[in-house]
Amino acid sequence: MHTFFRILGGVTLAWACATTASAGTPAEQLNALAAQAGRSPNPAQGQQFFNAQHGREWSCASCHSALPTGDGKHASTGKPMGPLAPAFNPERFTDPAKSEKWFRRNCNDVLARACTAAEKADVLAWLISLKR
Amino acid sequence: MENRPLALVKYAQAAPKWIATLALTGLAVGSAWADSKGPMVPPLPQYQAECAACHIAYPAGMLPAASWKRVMGSLSKHYGTDASLDETSVRAISQWLQVNAGTYKRVREEPPQDRITTSAWFVRKHDELDPAIWKQAAVKSAANCMACHTRADKGSFSEREITFPKGLDARFRRNWSD
Repeated sequence: MHTFFRILGGVTLAWACATTASAGTPAEQLNALAAQAGRSPNPAQGQQFFNAQHGREWSCASCHSALPTGDGKHASTGKPMGPLAPAFNPERFTDPAKSEKWFRRNCNDVLARACTAAEKADVLAWLISLKR
Repeated sequence: MENRPLALVKYAQAAPKWIATLALTGLAVGSAWADSKGPMVPPLPQYQAECAACHIAYPAGMLPAASWKRVMGSLSKHYGTDASLDETSVRAISQWLQVNAGTYKRVREEPPQDRITTSAWFVRKHDELDPAIWKQAAVKSAANCMACHTRADKGSFSEREITFPKGLDARFRRNWSD
């Protein structure tokens, strides 16, 4: 019995590592967020969330533009930034720590709170759906 | 990425205090007065990566140490946005800023709200501009040095590198030489 639980624990650990540690692609990050959210991502809802104001001055689109397949521009400093959609900028969503950092900051600026895993998954699903 | 102090600073730590003061002043003059002829302090790569994500990597010598300390201690409320950062990065960048902060006479004064753009020297250097210029879409804000200073992102603010902003109304052309 103990052996069984040890093996089960090992398998669970291996699976956890496989889903989180190697989240070096947008698809892997989306899977991890969907797993946290406990539901399938909804790209249409993601688009709506991205372009809406949430009780404050800025939406995500204020800096990233309504269709983030082209360059964005920082809403207060004017600094240009590369496209957010991964198909148009291969660097996007390749580093989970970086994604988390920007979700943390930007959700706080746009919503004055953290985004839920479901909201992040919806937005990322929409961004991934934007193809050339 | 470890922040190694510059050889000059390392040397200065072991030297009598007046040498340290001289060395640090020399560094600060080079970085704060980008249009002076002195060498510019190359920014710490982490400073460049993190801070230049939203604006240019402002030369460390443009604010005094006390201002940088407050800026780095309040990143989650950074001039109206959340610029929070992991603690390891905060520590490394803060350390580098403390070593390279401005100590030159004109920079020692802590500007209101710790903004470079409210420093007396900044205001004086820009006093020939129409105040409305900062609000134009082509400029956006005084924080956007690149609108006119074409090599600001390289820490260079020489007069020769100033150009009239693209897309700015010609009525602001007064006092422009390019």
